[in-house]
Amino acid sequence: MTDAAIHLENLTISYGDTAVVHDVTFDVAEGESFALVGESGSGKSTILKAISGLAPDWTGSIAVEGKPRGHSPDRTFAETCQMVFQDPYGSLHPRKTIDTCLAEPLAIHGIGGRDGRVKDMLAAVGLDQRFRFRFPHQLSGGQRQRVAIARALMLEPRVLLLDEPTSALDVSVQAEILNLLKKLRREQGLTYLMVTHNLPVVSFLCDRLAVMRYGRVVEIAGVDALKSGQLSDPYSRELYAASGGILHPA
Amino acid sequence: MIDWLLDDSPASRLQANLGRAWRVFAALLRNLLAVVGGYIILVLIVMAIFAPLIAPYSPIGQDLANRLMPPSAAHWMGTDELGRDIYSRVVYGARITLMIVTMVAVIAAPIGLIVGAVSGYFGGWTDRVLMGVTDIFLSMPKLILALAFVAALGPGIENAIIAIAITAWPAYARIARAETITFRDAEFIAAVRLQGASSARVILRHVLPLCASSTIIRVTLDMAGIILTAAGLGFLGLGAQPPLPEWGAMISRGRNFILDQWWVATMPGFAIILVSLGFCFLGDGLRDVLDPKQGDKQ
Amino acid sequence: MSAPLLEVDGLTVTFPTARGPVDVVKGISFTLGRERLGIVGESGSGKSMTGRSILRLIRKPGKVTARRMTFDGMDLLGRSERQMRDLRGARISMVMQDPKFSLNPVMTVGEQIAEALVTHKKLPRRELKERVLAMLEAVRINDPARVAGLYPHEVSGGMGQRIMIAMMLIPEPDLLIADEPTSALDVSVQAQVLDIIDDLVTGKGMGLILISHDLNLVSRYCDRILVMNSGEIVEQCKASDLHNAQHPYTRGLIAAMPRMNEDRDELPVLDRSTWTTGAGT
Repeated sequence: MTDAAIHLENLTISYGDTAVVHDVTFDVAEGESFALVGESGSGKSTILKAISGLAPDWTGSIAVEGKPRGHSPDRTFAETCQMVFQDPYGSLHPRKTIDTCLAEPLAIHGIGGRDGRVKDMLAAVGLDQRFRFRFPHQLSGGQRQRVAIARALMLEPRVLLLDEPTSALDVSVQAEILNLLKKLRREQGLTYLMVTHNLPVVSFLCDRLAVMRYGRVVEIAGVDALKSGQLSDPYSRELYAASGGILHPA
Repeated sequence: MIDWLLDDSPASRLQANLGRAWRVFAALLRNLLAVVGGYIILVLIVMAIFAPLIAPYSPIGQDLANRLMPPSAAHWMGTDELGRDIYSRVVYGARITLMIVTMVAVIAAPIGLIVGAVSGYFGGWTDRVLMGVTDIFLSMPKLILALAFVAALGPGIENAIIAIAITAWPAYARIARAETITFRDAEFIAAVRLQGASSARVILRHVLPLCASSTIIRVTLDMAGIILTAAGLGFLGLGAQPPLPEWGAMISRGRNFILDQWWVATMPGFAIILVSLGFCFLGDGLRDVLDPKQGDKQ
Repeated sequence: MSAPLLEVDGLTVTFPTARGPVDVVKGISFTLGRERLGIVGESGSGKSMTGRSILRLIRKPGKVTARRMTFDGMDLLGRSERQMRDLRGARISMVMQDPKFSLNPVMTVGEQIAEALVTHKKLPRRELKERVLAMLEAVRINDPARVAGLYPHEVSGGMGQRIMIAMMLIPEPDLLIADEPTSALDVSVQAQVLDIIDDLVTGKGMGLILISHDLNLVSRYCDRILVMNSGEIVEQCKASDLHNAQHPYTRGLIAAMPRMNEDRDELPVLDRSTWTTGAGT
């Protein structure tokens, strides 16, 4: 179905000689929030990298908003799909002010009215204007992550790739960021593809999920199956139980 | 004014950047040796700019009746074999030293930075080729290489500058490359690439600013070596040509009188030592203040 | 319960900053018997600093002061560095977060565990080897003889952490301080590692201080819980009583965590004004 927001078919991704993702196929519908769940080494983050063009060595097909993807980052693609990274301490350039960081994508694409757009976006992610000309080391982890989200939205993409956006944050800050992500999606009708190892976060933010292990998808389920403890694959159930969930028959 | 600079919430990019520069400067001022070094360099610059006002005599005016006079009230550093006042020659020589040091830095540092950053960012064959070229230059002894270039281009101060610059850039390329490799896979670089930035933009606007600190430190520390290389060339008669008062050339001519009229060679020697020390102290101070391991506290 | 194993009264840890001295731990007091105590808090709460203060691992310019800090009746504050070394590893041990950084990369696993033992007691080689292998088995590592010859980079994260535990428990200390022992591990491995710690601690009648940011984890593996925020203890309760927590911070923290069968539209966010003066962002 090429009217899916993200379409992956027989995707195999390799680093050098080793294949780290094997033959993955699934679709993310327009406006849906889809989670990729798994432990370290499951290949979930690698899929995001392949979609965005940061992991060029893949075979199969990837299409975003109907357009097939190439193997490297792309200017037009940048206007359709952006990524929010995991580490709030590593995803902002240490020597640039927040203002420069947010204005950069506009400058690259020659979009005007930067002053107003930066101000609006800061407000949209709940950051006071006084943070505008500060440097990243003057912001807390949660604030930096808000900037990362703002930056991703500057080009008004339809699809957001989220790589463990709250794993590095404290519980109380995580709640604020999750609320923000939920609100933004509702307001702008965005599609999310989110990588996480935290099942309760999936329960809060997502509609469907795919469980991955050793580079393969072992199960795709709706979030209701997760909420009621009725995942079917044995590995999924193991993961569910280890995360503190109470299992029920599938 | 200081409050404006140290404001926690700057209202403009200018204020933010000036504030950060001020914090670096203030941190530098807390280091005694760096302040001493800074003063020495300042004196060098002042001497160079105001040489005609500071020097009591002309640097090239000969006075054969007064040749080889020891230091006295009339001639603070004595006179040389042609009766010229050594102090005045040292003061005017500051211009030459400053020019050499500035021109070499201005030529070699940008070349080294760009070669290193491009090499580190792209990796693969680009890296291998560029570093191969760098290694070739690095493996030759600096003075010999400079000699060879000057011999090919002809003696003279401009050629000496070019020759020294050619020997200096490889070290900066190595540093820039090492620095670039530490963050080329960082998420903030990935983020900017995902926004559709071209490689040129990423390197110029995102990579180079991060390599700048270590390069500045290295250049400052190198200044001592550059002065000495220029002095060496001058000593060999291949740098500044007579009657220019280049400090190395002055030492060379003073060689003949070293036993009885020690001041002819030693005075310019002191000048070289003092200025080299100044750059070393300043460079060390800068390294303490700009060291990335201490975090971006500035 | 007999005399407490650890008594802490008025512990304060201060660090100098550009704006004057800052207390990262503000005069906290608690006691520990031979039980499992969990210290929970977010980053900046002072929980790790508390753990390190007990072992006097905080270096200048940090300053540790307390009205009283005793271990098994012995004063910890006044001891010299040399006397502290006799305690560390032998009677009080610490397991840290990431085995990648806490294991020596150039020594084999077996050598490191043996070193932990030999530092405090001289043993003949054969007995040493036996005890190392026995300890590796106790932390449920299959094929201990083979693993003993491996280097830290050759083992997985979960195994590395179990090796760390083996190293820290082989001298049979009375108190184990575990500082975020499972934060760097995958979810499925976390439970295994904590089970091992739990077995060994209860089996030998040791005291355990489990420091973590994960409230659920701590409530599952500890008897009592201390909740810390900004250097102070805001709540002390039994693990089984956690859902009856009184302090607004604890209640807020519990409410802010997403649940497995989440049905709320929005997660409640901590309203810090109920217990802070409003400073900070």
